[in-house]
Amino acid sequence: AVSLPFAVGQCGNQVGCRFWDLALREHAAVNKKGIYDEALSSFFRNVDTRSGDNGPDIYKGKICSLKARALLIDMEEGVVNEILQGPLRDVFDSKQLITDVSGSGNNWAVGHKIYGCQYRENIVEKLRKTAEHCDCLQCFFIIHSMGGGTGSGLGTFVLNLLEEEFPEVYRFVTSVYPSGEDDVITSPYNSVLAMKELNEHADCVLPIENESLFEIVNKIHQMINSGKLGSTVKQNSLVTSNAGHAKTLQEKPFDAMNNIVANLLLNLTSSARFEGSLNMDLNEISMNLVPFPRLHYLVSSLTPLYTLADVNVFSRRLDQMFSDAFSRDHQLIQADPKHSLYLACALLVRGNVQVSDLRRNIERLKPSLHFVSWNQEGWKTGLCSVPPVGHSHSLLALANNTCVKPTFIELKDRFMKLYKKKAHLHHYLQIDGMEQSCFSEAISSLSDLIEEYNELDATKGGPRIDPSRLKIAV
Amino acid sequence: MSIVTVQLGQCGNQIGHEVFSALCSDIRGTHGLCSQKENESYQDSCKERFFCQEESGVPVARAVLVDMEPKVISQTLSMAASSGHWRYNSHSHFCQKQGSGNNWANGYSVHGPRHKEAILNLVQKEAEKCDRLGGFFTIMSVAGGTGSGLGAFVTQCLRDAFPSSFILNHVIWPYGTGEVIVQNYNSVLTLAHLYHSADALLVHENDAIHKICAQLMKIKQISFPDVNQVIAHQLGSVFQPAHSAGGGSGYSRNPLGDLLEPLVPHPEFRLLGLRNIPQMPESSLPFSTFSWPGLLRHLRQMLIAKAQMEEGIDWQVRPPPPGSSMPSTNKPLHFNTSIANLVILRGKDVHSVDLGSFRDPSLYTSWLNPQDAFNAWKTPRAFNKYEKSASLVSNSQFLLKPLDSIVGKAWNMFASKAYLHQYTKFGIQEEDFLDCFTTLEQVISSYTNL
Repeated sequence: AVSLPFAVGQCGNQVGCRFWDLALREHAAVNKKGIYDEALSSFFRNVDTRSGDNGPDIYKGKICSLKARALLIDMEEGVVNEILQGPLRDVFDSKQLITDVSGSGNNWAVGHKIYGCQYRENIVEKLRKTAEHCDCLQCFFIIHSMGGGTGSGLGTFVLNLLEEEFPEVYRFVTSVYPSGEDDVITSPYNSVLAMKELNEHADCVLPIENESLFEIVNKIHQMINSGKLGSTVKQNSLVTSNAGHAKTLQEKPFDAMNNIVANLLLNLTSSARFEGSLNMDLNEISMNLVPFPRLHYLVSSLTPLYTLADVNVFSRRLDQMFSDAFSRDHQLIQADPKHSLYLACALLVRGNVQVSDLRRNIERLKPSLHFVSWNQEGWKTGLCSVPPVGHSHSLLALANNTCVKPTFIELKDRFMKLYKKKAHLHHYLQIDGMEQSCFSEAISSLSDLIEEYNELDATKGGPRIDPSRLKIAV
Repeated sequence: MSIVTVQLGQCGNQIGHEVFSALCSDIRGTHGLCSQKENESYQDSCKERFFCQEESGVPVARAVLVDMEPKVISQTLSMAASSGHWRYNSHSHFCQKQGSGNNWANGYSVHGPRHKEAILNLVQKEAEKCDRLGGFFTIMSVAGGTGSGLGAFVTQCLRDAFPSSFILNHVIWPYGTGEVIVQNYNSVLTLAHLYHSADALLVHENDAIHKICAQLMKIKQISFPDVNQVIAHQLGSVFQPAHSAGGGSGYSRNPLGDLLEPLVPHPEFRLLGLRNIPQMPESSLPFSTFSWPGLLRHLRQMLIAKAQMEEGIDWQVRPPPPGSSMPSTNKPLHFNTSIANLVILRGKDVHSVDLGSFRDPSLYTSWLNPQDAFNAWKTPRAFNKYEKSASLVSNSQFLLKPLDSIVGKAWNMFASKAYLHQYTKFGIQEEDFLDCFTTLEQVISSYTNL
């Protein structure tokens, strides 16, 4: 089954670029014989390019030329051009790109209303072509940031479009949320306007905050430079590593952070691509982690962040991996799931981990976690045999947890600060199709969402009253 | 008579593969401990039941593999083929690309009707290859989406297409502490539906088998293949040929019928539990000897005290005093009342074994005559390298507590309406859930009041 990533906007495409590079590396490490297999086909087409770029797809047999199943959308050319001139140029063809020159001016309305309208047909056509090449399309991934104009506005326009054109295909969105010190003044407007779309049209959202990525990058630097541990770190095992397939790639400022997000997506889809004793497909993630339609925001964490070169103390390292997955400083947003309420939790392990390791750690960690009363045993687990490159095992944890609430509350507060003063509002309202009601509806949608989390939090630690069972006449 | 196995979903296919491997490895083993004639008869009978002999000489399993995604079937087919000792028919499988998403409704209401014809065609083909069809054996987990939902649908179709054949569903109940968050919903929906179409449900619980792996098999890092191999051993100990009491000199020609007719005398009581002793790491086998009285003493106490394995048995539990007919509420707590039991003995000196303790009327409800409530099969042919091996298939209160636990957790979640939108999206409504809850509460009540 195929997963189709859409990178929209500058941030989205920078992450996307890292994603494709690391995906190629992962598959090259596993696929020794150069045969085009099911695992590869979930992200790549195999094209016969002997007669040029428009050759037919080859469905079996040797790998000829791998092309990413992707759409790269940006309303500026800089990032996409760089990708096309770089080492990944052969992985994409022009039919997968939609670009413009002027950008969206950090204005959600420009991205959503103007470019959305302008490029709708173009996007639908390219989408259909890409989907045609897929045997079985299971999932769309949108990768974007919330704070700008293109990723946020056009990205959520695409989300709407996907629901209209392919209602049965799951829509997963990886959204980078702006921090408080974001240099884009209007980022709260853009984010809240985008949130309404995510609330209504996404199946699952994986929120990411730059601060968290930054802290993880720092943590790794400190670890490497401290020399304390005495053992060397395997370079290619770093979750921030740029040691992708394309070895000549120069490291750019956000690369380390973007690699983390790229690894998130690789791990998320690993059990759908590779075999294991307990498979976990993307539709299972949505099924198990979304108990009520609007509560579909999942906090993610990846461990380990690196692998030490020595292979001693296997099981202690393994259990440490599980503990780390629940620690505050491994989450990809600023959140502390341990002190909030879990609605559901998924653990996807890769590599040399067996069911008894999973069970032992669930039992060990469960007493320190708070689960909602109707889902006390709310664990979804998956075991994938193939570890990520450079690791013997890894863990991806996805939590539907009320710890997302502070992120949303802060967002709302920053929005209200601007909105009360009507700051910069005219830039939006002057766009065709934008009205004051767009703003009031958006903030209302966010407030409702926050309220749902509040209601759940209110039940935390409360008395547990199990509903009475049906009575059968004897 | 031959049995056609239908492997459903990841769990069903992984276990099915281990079962055929175990059966094949057992008949190829030279540890028969019996006469050559006996051994040959055993091998022939096993092959007739489970394998088709083809020109190449490699036995072909009488099985249909079904899954909604391709990876597991692909792996299963190639593992079997690479063993060199048996394989699956390369056409007897059906798969799709997408999986069922752990969604029972998707498996039952969408995949089921969509693929009914293709799947039944494959089953029909396998059935036609049998000289005499002895019935169907389906393997599935109740926690996921395909084994559970599509499995329930397929079982119903089998019942409609083969109304007079025996259908035994082997169902795996998941670990209590979650493998799948909606596992209790999926379990309730599956068990209620199966109750209406299957003859019986033979249940294995992951928690119980896990304990066996840890404490008896002494495995340090227990994997699903380890769990599945223990399950396969236990199933093999029931399905390999044995002589039934009145069955004359040959091996049973009607294995499913002989199993199900005495054990399921009443349609309200279809839950069968399985116990097997002894179980130990293969490396310990040469150093262990057992006596039948010792083994049977343990097995009987496991029955009475609802123990899952031969360690940690509560020896304090005793049956109620004989001669008194007690209302169920007065029976000693923790005592396991049986409707019917079957003990299967394999190996050395079986002919001399005294099974009187299992015929004790105080173990049973009063409905059946004690001689009908208890049956025994024996064979001098040892199974899977165990010099002596005893199995118990029991229709009793073994599964009452685990079933009650599953229903309780599902009800708790249902009351909050969590996840229901995922099911209604595919056509399973709240009323459908309620019907299933009602069916299972009825089953729980019936077993409680034995």
